[in-house]
Amino acid sequence: MSCWQTVQDYALRSLGIGERLLPREGYTLCEHFTLIGSGLIWNIYFGVLALFFGFFLATTVALGKASKNRLIRKPSEWFIFIFRGSPLFIQFFFFYALFLSLKSRFEIFDPFTSAAIGALIVLFLNTAAYSGEIFYGALRSIPKGDVEAADAYGFTGWTRFRRIIWPTMLRLAWPAYTNEAIFLFHATALVFFSAFPAWQQRGDALYYASFFADKTFNPFIPYPIFAFYFILLSLSVIGVFALINRRLNRHMPKEYRARFKPRMNLIR
Amino acid sequence: MFSFCADPETLDSLRWLACYLTTAKHANLYTATLVVLALLAITAPAAMIFGFGGAMAARSRLLPLRVFGHGYISIVRGVPDIAFFLFFVIALDQGFEWIRHKVKCPDWDEPIRQGNDFIVCAEAKLPLGTSAQWIHETYGFFLAVLTFAIVFGAFCANVLYGAMRAVPRAQLETAEAYGMSRRQTFWRILVPQMWVYALPGLGNLWMVLTKATPLLFLLGVEDIVYWARELGGTANPRFTDYPHGDWRMWYFLALLVFYLGLTRISEIALDRLMIRLSHGQATTGGEALRKAAT
Repeated sequence: MSCWQTVQDYALRSLGIGERLLPREGYTLCEHFTLIGSGLIWNIYFGVLALFFGFFLATTVALGKASKNRLIRKPSEWFIFIFRGSPLFIQFFFFYALFLSLKSRFEIFDPFTSAAIGALIVLFLNTAAYSGEIFYGALRSIPKGDVEAADAYGFTGWTRFRRIIWPTMLRLAWPAYTNEAIFLFHATALVFFSAFPAWQQRGDALYYASFFADKTFNPFIPYPIFAFYFILLSLSVIGVFALINRRLNRHMPKEYRARFKPRMNLIR
Repeated sequence: MFSFCADPETLDSLRWLACYLTTAKHANLYTATLVVLALLAITAPAAMIFGFGGAMAARSRLLPLRVFGHGYISIVRGVPDIAFFLFFVIALDQGFEWIRHKVKCPDWDEPIRQGNDFIVCAEAKLPLGTSAQWIHETYGFFLAVLTFAIVFGAFCANVLYGAMRAVPRAQLETAEAYGMSRRQTFWRILVPQMWVYALPGLGNLWMVLTKATPLLFLLGVEDIVYWARELGGTANPRFTDYPHGDWRMWYFLALLVFYLGLTRISEIALDRLMIRLSHGQATTGGEALRKAAT
């Protein structure tokens, strides 16, 4: 079987398109690359959607934590503490069990036990808490002069937030937020290793990598391939975020621009 | 456990719960909690030793050592998280068995990798096929600790390397001016002063380490996640005196609370430690302490 044939069979295997049976013997390098790459679709799906939705909740939570009103501040603080203070791994288990028991009572929760929705919700809440803390930190380090200048120009309320505070907050938070994004993509590898089952063996990159490692009892091929894919993924995240960073900083003189320093985190 | 537990069906709910939570199976869950704490207690110093070694290697004057130190730090830090945990356990296991195989069975002529199998002679198996169950479990735990130590050691090395470079240059120059050798400068001047710069990073790592402990489950150790799943699952009246539905949600909620508690306690302890270490240091924290005292 040629490599091109393998790619046709397995490139979209993680979505259920193509050959249904996973390879049983041989386990060529081409199969390794194709299947693990196919699993990467899930990692990208989880990462992109969780980041996108998480961004809005994170902004809300950051504003909530900075609020003077106790009734708004306390829930935001607790939300951040709960999701940052406990392991993501346990959060997956807990939410899966929660969705299961809700499902037995209400029919609406049926799709929530699948990884595609359930795990996405957990990742969304988790990244919202982590980014919320980053945004909160940035909110507190907005230069006083900027806000005073906004006041002097008569900006108030929503306009002041939309035109002055929010862009500055994003600009200051962006390098840390880039790290958070990379970190989130790494965290997506946990999904199928915690509670959420891989339906019909449609898993993410690590799912297939460990599938190969289990079958061949040789960790030295699948995991480096997995690492290779993730390094590519991290580099593209850094690239996209650098473009946004440039736009956020376009009014700043060069030496004042915040630089991104890659700081790899381990696990959450 | 309690005397009234003889016939669980007759009990009211509170006493039923008291009996239920003290069954022999639940003792496993509580021991597993201790295993997590033991893992933290062993891994943290082990990772510090690995980290200190890595940082020392990275600032060594010998090129090969320096390359090794920087390589260790950047490879482990650059590759995504749990892949390393899954990888190292098999790789270390196979590495140990391979070394023992070479030493103990020099006249073995078959290849070790036969297709998809990894075969070493019976004397080189780790642990030996004849050994007791607890040895197998301890070996699994040992591999887990080593994996954690290697991975977290790299992060530690990075923090310590940064901290060593953060110590004011003038301090080291003064030591040299007093005629201290390189080694004396390192141990007497650099090391005592670097901790205050290292602590925020190390504290962060500690938080990450506590949150990484549930991964023991992935490494095949019967840890709290394993027992929570085991005990929380639906209990059939035919096999147990304490039948219940699917209670996994409550068990994982308890684990969540356990970890939140651990985080909170660590936060408080680290804050105190930071205050202690800041005394007399040439940092803003130390300056604030000095001003508060006068």
